[in-house]
Amino acid sequence: MTISEFFYPKISKSKKFITIHKEKFFVLTVSSLKQSKPNSVKPKINWARLEEADNFAKTVKLFRQGKYDADSFRRFRLQHGAYGTRMTSDYAMVRIKIPAGELYPHQLEKISQLSEQFSIGSAHLSTRESIQLHWIVLEDVSEIFRGLSEVGLTSREACGNSVRNVMCSPLSGVCSDEKFDTTPYALATARFFLRNPMSQNLPRKFKFTFTCCEKHGMARIVDVGLIPQIREIDGTSQRGFKIFLGGGLGNKSFVGHQLEEFTPEDDLLYTSIAVIRIFDRLGDRKNLARNRMRYLVNEMGWEKFQNLVLKERAVVRATQSVITRLNVDHTPNEIKRPIRISDDSAITIPDGYARWLKTNTIKQKQSDYRSAFITLEAGDITANQLNALASLIRDFSSEGKARSGFVQNIALRFVHEDDLPRLYSKLLESGLAKSGALTMTAPIGCSGTTSCNLALTNSHRLAKEIQRKFLELKLDEDDDLKDSSIKISGCPNSCGQHGIATIGFFGGGARVGKDMYPNYQMSLGGRSDGDTMLGQVCDRIPAKRVIPVLLKIIELFKEHKKSDDTLKSWIHRIISNSEDSEIKSINDIKKALGPLVIPPTKEEDPDFYLDYGSDTSYHTKTGKGECAA
Amino acid sequence: MRCLTNSGNITTDVDSLRSEIRDKSVRVIDVRRESDYKQDHISSAVNLPLAHLLSDDSPERVLKIFNSLGIDDETRVVVYDDTFGALASRVAWTLEYLGHSDVTLLETTYSNWKSLGLENDSQSPEIQSKEHSMNLQSDILATSDYLESAKDRDDVILIDNRERLNFLEQHIPGAISLPYRTLATTDKILRSKEDMRRLLENRGISGNSEIITYCGSVGTLSGLAYYALKSADLPNAKLYVRSFKEWKNLEKPTEKQEDASYWDLSAE
Repeated sequence: MTISEFFYPKISKSKKFITIHKEKFFVLTVSSLKQSKPNSVKPKINWARLEEADNFAKTVKLFRQGKYDADSFRRFRLQHGAYGTRMTSDYAMVRIKIPAGELYPHQLEKISQLSEQFSIGSAHLSTRESIQLHWIVLEDVSEIFRGLSEVGLTSREACGNSVRNVMCSPLSGVCSDEKFDTTPYALATARFFLRNPMSQNLPRKFKFTFTCCEKHGMARIVDVGLIPQIREIDGTSQRGFKIFLGGGLGNKSFVGHQLEEFTPEDDLLYTSIAVIRIFDRLGDRKNLARNRMRYLVNEMGWEKFQNLVLKERAVVRATQSVITRLNVDHTPNEIKRPIRISDDSAITIPDGYARWLKTNTIKQKQSDYRSAFITLEAGDITANQLNALASLIRDFSSEGKARSGFVQNIALRFVHEDDLPRLYSKLLESGLAKSGALTMTAPIGCSGTTSCNLALTNSHRLAKEIQRKFLELKLDEDDDLKDSSIKISGCPNSCGQHGIATIGFFGGGARVGKDMYPNYQMSLGGRSDGDTMLGQVCDRIPAKRVIPVLLKIIELFKEHKKSDDTLKSWIHRIISNSEDSEIKSINDIKKALGPLVIPPTKEEDPDFYLDYGSDTSYHTKTGKGECAA
Repeated sequence: MRCLTNSGNITTDVDSLRSEIRDKSVRVIDVRRESDYKQDHISSAVNLPLAHLLSDDSPERVLKIFNSLGIDDETRVVVYDDTFGALASRVAWTLEYLGHSDVTLLETTYSNWKSLGLENDSQSPEIQSKEHSMNLQSDILATSDYLESAKDRDDVILIDNRERLNFLEQHIPGAISLPYRTLATTDKILRSKEDMRRLLENRGISGNSEIITYCGSVGTLSGLAYYALKSADLPNAKLYVRSFKEWKNLEKPTEKQEDASYWDLSAE
């Protein structure tokens, strides 16, 4: 008997009593065919509202009939999570919010189905833990909403000037360095602001990220970033946060500032409301290109902004007519190892297991358990893989759900150590066992020219090419490269988060005479941990030279490294002017790369002038951006 | 509960088919490969592998095939496959084209039937040949010439049922994309009538327009769409049975989505 037969018995007990030709039969009816999977853990929060699907369908019709002007329609569409698509108004991208990154098996199955019905048969994991369906006919968007509502998901306020998906570290709850699990606070924050009148028409989008610890980071590059803290007062311990404000990556990026030493958990909501109120009041509503809160903080100066927030918080606290609290659900998750059927036969450990175990899994603070990360090429996953993943969660995760992560990946947590070889062999079967998930060989690539109106280059495909090459060279097994990262954006707007990468790239065009070629600006030394800083510009690298350049940098590092150096620490020393070897500045690296970045003539190397994934000559072409709509 | 024959139903539900089989009032056609059929099939079903039909689908030959399967003008026929109804649709449409009026699709696939533990066996039934008349329904067929002249008419809607990426890459000018997966639910080959009508109406597929469906090569995916339209009470449908393969071979004009590398977004 297979596991699935055990869990999903073939014949349901419901019977329909019918009469045919005066004989009585018990007939198994099709209504009993419903594929209920009793083993599935179900989410506690329903984010969806079905009526929004009908409303959206109606509004699209009015828009097409010319009864709704284009600007109002665009705002409406973005507020509902449907983004424009490259060079066409016929298609949209639907960004499904995954609050705190929590993914339940039946939700993955629904997204799989929707991707086959209305999209391109794959889905795309974003860097903000959302899941995107691309190339959806605008008139079908309401059908996506309808499908999502069946599994409690929404795309509401996933785009537009609203509170975007509230993120949480994929390791929250299992990280051995965390003070406490912030997941319930992330969910409560998402719940408080979703459809809240306060955040329907902000000057610009607004992002929260909760994390687990300093090391796993990401708290300083977002409007509001939160790291859990515990304070001892008179012998009792109090929960709270380090709150960072005014960070963010974009055309111009900033690192966030810490509001105060310690923000008690009771002040979390008041602080959040205070910050949003200030942004709403003072944020720039005219200059759309520079109106994220980080610009406000920068222009006003941190101290002034900090004082405003503290004052505003006192006002918020004092003027609540009823006590407003976050609805934080502290019910612990049930951790129950899925029942295994008597398949005791020792499984042969497949090739590559040790490599995968080393580069894709992390020991949890709970003994005997690990979190296994699945790396997807630039975040893309097929409909079949989504279904396979749903089964794997049911069969292997003792919490019965998964998490989308910070780098377009998925974490399967609470996998019992004994089950790891079997999980690996199942992942192999579905093409989800690529190694190097937690290493430099899993680059980020935004969607680039595959669908985005603003993209100048195919950053998406470049990320895939780098991953393939690096895995072929087994660079994931190199401990010196493990804590470094590569992140690629297709334009300066930083959806690929290049600013916080050890080696980051953003796309643009360059030309030799009349001929254009795709080009990337490379920066070095960015990081998002406790020492968060933005990368420093090194040089412009033609798209088709990015891989040779990366390999050359690794070669230089190997030549000059000190014995306990990693690539990250070596580059960090260089950009902070504390390296003493032959390569001691960014300029030295630039010089060493020089020969690689000289453009050949079109006759010498026609391929140089083509972007990845294209066989027609390269030209930069963009449509209207919608971020600022 | 038994469905009345000729009642305009597009699909036959599992319970009805089982009672009709017991009554011996139906000819069930299994369009899977012969080897699959031989292993097991719905009890009493006959086998007509789609490839066998397609090897020469001239009306004269096809008529002989259906005669040999014991089908005359009055026979109630239910067709099934294991390919979400697409292959079954192509066979059902062919029967309809010959002038047969009582043919429906099983509402689900053979795998589903089997996973419900419903009656199946490996016996091939004894069949007595019958005589079917030939009354070609040319109004449900679109040829390339017809399509070329009709596609620019305001009252004609052209639907491409291939997957979205294929559509973006190349399609017949003016076509709208409705991938075949859109038509089904998890356990049924076609959505409920209400669902289907809403979906099609959102896409502007409604009213009295003439609707022509096509897919990649032999009219299977678009055959399913043909029945989807009928199930939503849009009877004025035609199948471009030779589909995009012929259109391209004839070097007729095509369109594509420009300036985007959508293929690289696919995880395939």
